[in-house]
Amino acid sequence: MISVSSTKRLCLLSLLCLVIFVFLGAGDEDARFNALGHKMKCVCGGCNQVLLECNHVGCRYSDRMRGELSSALSRAESDDLVLQSFVQEYGPTVLIAPTNAGFNRVAWIMPYLALLLGLTTVVLIVRAWKMRPLRAHAGVVAPLSGVELEHFREQARKETGI
Amino acid sequence: MAQIGSFALLLALALSAYSFLAGLLALVRPGAGSERLGETARRAGIAAFAVVLLAAAVLVIAAFQDDFSIAYIFHHSNRDLPAPYKFATLWSGQEGSLLFWSLLLSTYGLVLRLRHKTDSRLFAHASVIIAAVQVFFLLLLNFAAHPFAIMQGSLPEDGNGLNPLLQYPEMVIHPPMLYLGYVGFTVPFAFALGALIMRYPGEKWIHITRRWTMLTWGLLTCGIFLGAHWAYSVLGWGGYWGWDPVENASFLPWLTGTAFLHSVMMQEKRGMLKVWNMWLIFATFMLSIFGTFLTRSGVVSSVHAFAQSSIGTWFVVFLSIILVVCGVFYVMNHEHLRSEHRLESLVSRESSFLFNNLLFVVACFAVLWGTLFPILSDWVQGHKITVGPPFFNRVMIPVALLVLLLTAVGPLLCWGKTSVDSLKRNFLWPTIGALAIAAFLIATPVSWGSPFGMRPWHDISYLYSLMAITLSALVALTVISEFIRGGHVISRHAGRNLFASMVHLAHRNTRRYGGYIVHFGVIVIIIGFAGAAFNQDKEKEMGFGDKMTIGPYTLVCRSYTQEDKPNYGSEWAIIDVFKGDRPIDTLYPERRFFKASQQMNTRPTIHSTLNEDLYLVYEGQNEDTGRPIIKAHLNPLVMWIWMGVWIMIAGTVIALIPNAAAAVRVPAPVRVQAEPVGAGD
Repeated sequence: MISVSSTKRLCLLSLLCLVIFVFLGAGDEDARFNALGHKMKCVCGGCNQVLLECNHVGCRYSDRMRGELSSALSRAESDDLVLQSFVQEYGPTVLIAPTNAGFNRVAWIMPYLALLLGLTTVVLIVRAWKMRPLRAHAGVVAPLSGVELEHFREQARKETGI
Repeated sequence: MAQIGSFALLLALALSAYSFLAGLLALVRPGAGSERLGETARRAGIAAFAVVLLAAAVLVIAAFQDDFSIAYIFHHSNRDLPAPYKFATLWSGQEGSLLFWSLLLSTYGLVLRLRHKTDSRLFAHASVIIAAVQVFFLLLLNFAAHPFAIMQGSLPEDGNGLNPLLQYPEMVIHPPMLYLGYVGFTVPFAFALGALIMRYPGEKWIHITRRWTMLTWGLLTCGIFLGAHWAYSVLGWGGYWGWDPVENASFLPWLTGTAFLHSVMMQEKRGMLKVWNMWLIFATFMLSIFGTFLTRSGVVSSVHAFAQSSIGTWFVVFLSIILVVCGVFYVMNHEHLRSEHRLESLVSRESSFLFNNLLFVVACFAVLWGTLFPILSDWVQGHKITVGPPFFNRVMIPVALLVLLLTAVGPLLCWGKTSVDSLKRNFLWPTIGALAIAAFLIATPVSWGSPFGMRPWHDISYLYSLMAITLSALVALTVISEFIRGGHVISRHAGRNLFASMVHLAHRNTRRYGGYIVHFGVIVIIIGFAGAAFNQDKEKEMGFGDKMTIGPYTLVCRSYTQEDKPNYGSEWAIIDVFKGDRPIDTLYPERRFFKASQQMNTRPTIHSTLNEDLYLVYEGQNEDTGRPIIKAHLNPLVMWIWMGVWIMIAGTVIALIPNAAAAVRVPAPVRVQAEPVGAGD
């Protein structure tokens, strides 16, 4: 038989679990609202701002869109589904950055590819330049004339700044 | 009025066309009389300045006289517009800003033509190229975007007024600065193309254009940051840079111009990268034109595109002509640009410049790619997409961190080859210092506020922020150690105190030490950017006496009210700001309704400290209660950005000052013990 105090304790524990669960869920929903709200932009055409950062005075879209986002989250839809529903309603420009799928992936790849190609090119150039022969004949040590000496002094001055 | 302006524009076109054609003829057919013909071309170019100035003056006078018979004045001004904004009408719309472009170009042309004796033949080439660019803009002004077009029908009582976003003091100076930067790159471009065409011997053209380029770059820097400050102070979203296409357009020539300012040193010192430098300055100029095209054509959707029209085709044709002309002369004369030296080591100043240039060019490509990708997507997928801040931040932050690393490393490497000992000697203490700062930032408690108590494992943005601050510290320490080491050398030779020696050192090589100060400014700005990872914001409806807490601040609404002025009506709140129990400021976030344009606009209010900005926005009123809704942003380290800009300006000014003569002369044959100060320029 369960005593009254045990029942009370059990109820309190259940209540505590429920509260924790609800608040954890709320925190999670807030985080999702924040994350998804930063993946979309306000489509009013006047501000081009991230949905949650739109402060466009008299904006007819951002409040409505935020409301729709809250409703979608309360319906426990997945992130992808929420984003898809916004794309269907407002068009692909509602997403603030290119998706990582299809042709849009090219947008993400190209800058890194350019960096990689550039680095390779620079390394190849450096190697080629290192191997390039000097204009003077290698191995021949000719005595320097006054003009040449002055040229090298000038070069040294330029390169050292002294 | 309109007739005078129209006539001035036609005359300016005729004079510029003559300056171009006669100058060209004098250059391609040297002989008897060509010198005199060239002189008439030069004078025609000078006269064109006077006539374009007249046209611009007419437009400004028309704005002050509320002459709404001119369509441009009707669309961009109104009777109650304050005087400074009436003056700013000149660059507020498409036609006026193109006239302003033309005015600045003719001013640069005037200075160049007056200084023609420096090297008359090279200057004659540059003058012809500038005249050609001027002809393009005057053709646009006369036939596609006429600023003196007359209103049809009955005369309106009042104008539409200036865009409310532009009615802010900084907008009176931001566009001129930006345009001075854009237009200014025409001059080094003209010298570079002229030098290529005439197979100019040596690097003298670079010496001649060095200051033009530096000045232009400095003005563009000012223009960009004035724009950022304007966005921060007016747009009310709490940020200063939104990667908007038009912002990007100003950033593109800045990136290639910065690359040019670095790589040109390799040409001066070592006779290397001649082809690269030539194309860098060509690209910088073309990107300046492209920026103007992007701002004015409306080809991409932007919050900044204040004017949109069909003049895009003109720009595309002009850009194509420039590309063809540059390409043809390069193919004809590229043999002239052969390198004089080879690279000796990967660990050298030369290779650091190569990597520096690579990063700047990749950054430029990434920004251009992101800006134009919506158009590409439209072609390929049949619909546009948005490429916004998350894309640019993700792509650009790693590149910027690499640039920071090179900024720390590059200046301490020697020309030719750097020994391991030298590397150790130069980097050991700055590296230890930077790592100690990073450890300190991680070890401090979160309660100290941003940027202390960093926990880079919590969020990628915190990691980036920590890396940016650590690398910035490394740059700062290497710059300081360079000054101290150089100062010690002078101090030993001249017997002065260390500070006087450092000042003398900077004066003896202003470009090098001015450059270091610019680097210092850049890292101060980067630290400011790093603070964005810790931004917070809150929004609340605030009645009388209501409180809101954000960070260490408590905001109390003292009152809210309305006001009516001739140009606009406004609603605003009076917010007392407390830190703990101590009152520290009273802020007045405001919303204005501009009568002429019937547009609403916010006016944020900012309490700025070295640690953070408290940024309040009047979002609107609750229609049921009539109480204001206030949004508060807490933006750490923003003031560092504006301080960094001032340091950059100071560095640029120092770099523009001519070098002082060396007080200590070392006899040439004496072998001197290598000192890090000799790392080069």
